[in-house]
Amino acid sequence: MAEPSKNDEQQEATPNVSEVEVAEVHSETEAVGAIEAPVDRGEPILQVRNLVKHFPLTQGILFRKQIGAVKAVDGVSFDLYQGETLGIVGESGCGKSTVAKLLMNLEQVTAGEIFYKGQDITKLSGRAQKAVRRNIQMVFQDPYTSLNPRMTVGDIIGEPFDIHPEVAPKGDRRRKVQELLDVVGLNPEYINRYPHQFSGGQRQRIGIARGLALNPEIIICDEPVSALDVSVQAQVINLMERLQDEFNLSYIFIAHDLSIVRHISDRVGVMYLGKIAEIGSDEQIYDHPTHPYTQALLSAVPVPDPEAREGRERIILTGDVPSPANPPSGCRFRTRCWKAQDKCSTEVPLLAVPERFRGVDTPAAHESACHFAEVKDVVHAA
Amino acid sequence: MPDMTKSDTATAEPDSVDAATPAPQPAKSEKTRSLWGDAWQDLRRNKIFLISSVLIVLLLLITFFPGWFTSGNPAYGDLSKHYLQKPQLGKVFSTEWLGYDQQGRSVYARLIYGARASIAVGFGTTFAVTIVGGLVGMIAGYFGGIVDSVLSRLVDVFFGIPFLLGTMVTLNSFPERTAWVVIGALSFFGWTQLARVMRGAVITTKQSDYVQAAKALGASTPRILFRHILPNTLAPVIVVATISLGVYIGSEATLSFLGLGLNGVSWGNDISDGGSSIRIAQWIMLYPSIMLTITVLAFIMLGEAVRNALDPKTR
Amino acid sequence: MTIIEEAAPVPAPRDGEDAPLLEVRDLHVEFATREGVVRAVNGVNYNVHAGETLAVLGESGSGKSVTAQAIMGILDMPPARIPQGEILFRGQDMLKMSTEERRKIRGRRIAMIFQDALSSLNPVLSVGYQIGELFRVHQGLSKKEARAKSIELMDRVKIPAAAARVNDYPHQFSGGMRQRIMIAMALALEPDMIIADEPTTALDVTVQAQVMDLLAELQREYQMGLILITHDLGVVADVADKIAVMYAGRIVETAPVRELYKRPAHPYTRGLLDSIPRLDQKGQELYAIKGLPPNLLHVPTGCAFNPRCPKAQDICRTEVPVLVPVTEQDGTDLVGRGSACHFWKETIHG
Repeated sequence: MAEPSKNDEQQEATPNVSEVEVAEVHSETEAVGAIEAPVDRGEPILQVRNLVKHFPLTQGILFRKQIGAVKAVDGVSFDLYQGETLGIVGESGCGKSTVAKLLMNLEQVTAGEIFYKGQDITKLSGRAQKAVRRNIQMVFQDPYTSLNPRMTVGDIIGEPFDIHPEVAPKGDRRRKVQELLDVVGLNPEYINRYPHQFSGGQRQRIGIARGLALNPEIIICDEPVSALDVSVQAQVINLMERLQDEFNLSYIFIAHDLSIVRHISDRVGVMYLGKIAEIGSDEQIYDHPTHPYTQALLSAVPVPDPEAREGRERIILTGDVPSPANPPSGCRFRTRCWKAQDKCSTEVPLLAVPERFRGVDTPAAHESACHFAEVKDVVHAA
Repeated sequence: MPDMTKSDTATAEPDSVDAATPAPQPAKSEKTRSLWGDAWQDLRRNKIFLISSVLIVLLLLITFFPGWFTSGNPAYGDLSKHYLQKPQLGKVFSTEWLGYDQQGRSVYARLIYGARASIAVGFGTTFAVTIVGGLVGMIAGYFGGIVDSVLSRLVDVFFGIPFLLGTMVTLNSFPERTAWVVIGALSFFGWTQLARVMRGAVITTKQSDYVQAAKALGASTPRILFRHILPNTLAPVIVVATISLGVYIGSEATLSFLGLGLNGVSWGNDISDGGSSIRIAQWIMLYPSIMLTITVLAFIMLGEAVRNALDPKTR
Repeated sequence: MTIIEEAAPVPAPRDGEDAPLLEVRDLHVEFATREGVVRAVNGVNYNVHAGETLAVLGESGSGKSVTAQAIMGILDMPPARIPQGEILFRGQDMLKMSTEERRKIRGRRIAMIFQDALSSLNPVLSVGYQIGELFRVHQGLSKKEARAKSIELMDRVKIPAAAARVNDYPHQFSGGMRQRIMIAMALALEPDMIIADEPTTALDVTVQAQVMDLLAELQREYQMGLILITHDLGVVADVADKIAVMYAGRIVETAPVRELYKRPAHPYTRGLLDSIPRLDQKGQELYAIKGLPPNLLHVPTGCAFNPRCPKAQDICRTEVPVLVPVTEQDGTDLVGRGSACHFWKETIHG
């Protein structure tokens, strides 16, 4: 699908991003208009630049004093192209869920910008922000807590129409809700049932229907299938892929299950301790990883094939993930990296195409934040 | 983790994603069941709930239609005829049934009319406390930050004042103690408990994914508070309120006993009056005490039954 | 692997193997619930030898955890009931033992590791105390000796700076470390067998690899039997010697690990294998088993899998298939393989 952008003109740091065309808007109406304007397939629709989120650690009862910060997201930049699925993987504490919340404006950014069609949505308010909310929706992880247990399914899916009445006229709402239920594979007659009367997989479909109600352009999926049974996961993944084709959606798919992410994503970004370690197309990342963390991560994933296990290289990391309140200096991965050298503790590696691969036509030529990046195939048997 | 019995039981529907496979018709037997509906089903089968409900309904009838239960006059007594007359336990529900007091008034009639004081104060106070405490708790819990800090310290201050002592001191300065005055005093010192309960419930609910989802849709704060947070915090609040009802009834009786309660007929007054004659006319104190105990117990049992029905862990 | 079944002859045990350490025979477990009787386990047979790893694979409602809990004897006996079955440990039926005898076996000879270490450890006692307690209670060691042994064990499960951390509390450890502490506690009395119920489901994948490696190493060293309960086909491929696949309270297929992945003999197994996305390839649309996992209050008649099976025929809706030995096309025995499907021949031989 979409290629990571070609920034070969730049020297040192080549972020995996194309130039942001900031939209010129002078009024709220213009802003809304710019937000509603369609984007061509393959063009960047969301552009995140240097996103930072620090959660302050405070002390004190009435007047709190800040004594430190959890650096959950510490400088993340990427683009999302229209029609593609960008997967974001990482282990617990890497900040991927926080990124999702920042994109949805459920948390305030500490620093950085999020450009949606050329406008920085972190600075919008009023009608413009409402317009943005219509276009960027989210599907949550836990089907057992993401639906209000005291509302009927019809109310849950219909709520977006109550909040944004311009999307559907009042008389039309019931019909639209039933249509949505049908689209996600549920019987429209269930419109008056309550969430606890459904199974996990069905509840997740309800969540997806809710996300689709406003005809968004981007859906951020935060671990949408992790809490489901294996046999149901495939159903929901297929549903999501079909919906993407049918409604021309762009997905950001956040998960820790690397196999599922590979299956559904066009490009994948690997996060570690608040930063992106490596980003590229699924083939580049999975078959030609260059960052040691990615390699360790991939080698740890058990493959359902006893024969393949033998030929694969195993990398077992030592130690624990450092605390995000106190990340290591320089490269954050150096405390667990078998290649770490002095340079790694003094110089922060930039997310860029490694020098040795620059200009070379090889799948290894994708952005990686390592001073000593090197290709290693850990997924296939030797 | 997914639990095994919650699959959609009504249909054997394959729930297939393939558009080619149409969904079969759902069985009409499965009605939609809200969580309140489930709780009600549970309650209906609970003996304690049934017993306490019957008692409470009876009490309410006594409060609103005392004439159905007695023709006697609770305020006026004929000293010449009925001074300290013993109970005639055979004549059930008559004016003589439970005897007469030092002022010749029918104990039974006073029992019936005394219910009003207790029920009025109990329900009134609970209502006021729920509104005030609930509101404060909700605001503190939802907005957090400095608002929460300030409101919580306020709650702490009020909590620090001993409940009965505070009410007694307040009521002491009011010579005219109508029901409103008593309700006001009790509420003034009692709202904090519900504020705490509500605050805790709101803080828990606020973090739920469905609240985040509503925010993500752009829902306004009032919508989130009243559509999402409030319905899900009602359960613990209802339980505490119901049990508190019983406690407030007891408090009213205590205040009346000390001479600081309602000016009119009240069980507490009778218990107090009866105390001086306990050696010669035990019935004056005995029957109001029994009645009071049963009433308080009824509400506490109701609260327990409701708590068990609403507790998701026992489902 | 021997499968005890009325209809089928018993295939020969593995060469050089003694009798199994643990054998479950025709186990049935029921729960009395408000809405009726839930038959969670419906005639399960499996066994484990010393040094062997049996993986019990299944989704929610399959009965895999309930079976394990029945083995350990930790089910709450009202609502739960065991109407039928035997659980033989070293040849003796544990269900017929007294509570006292059972308690001696539990923890000492058979130990269990749970999914969520945080709720299985007492948050107000230090980990050293909790591990040491096992030594103090079962082996009568003094506090000092128990503490020394705790440190030794923590070292053994590769907790760094064990001597310094022995006084720390459970919440001060990461998820992976806590799981290791659970493993340490399970190992303390050198049991013959460990039952691990989804030990790594809540852990990150790199930590999962570490923990599974540790388990495998310890198993080899102590020659323990290991029952691994999981839904993760990847973990199973790494670690197991043989697999029992469960569905709706029954075993639907048994096989040695390589055989299962190469040539499954049951449509459910095949469906599961086809539906998981691969790390090493990118496929088209995933094969999805249609329908939902069964509601144990209303188990379908006949084969419980029939509403979801692409190959279901009339007989599948009426007759419950029995677990039979699976053979090659020419009839030669395939050791350790069984399938509970009327049409297993089509599934395995195509």
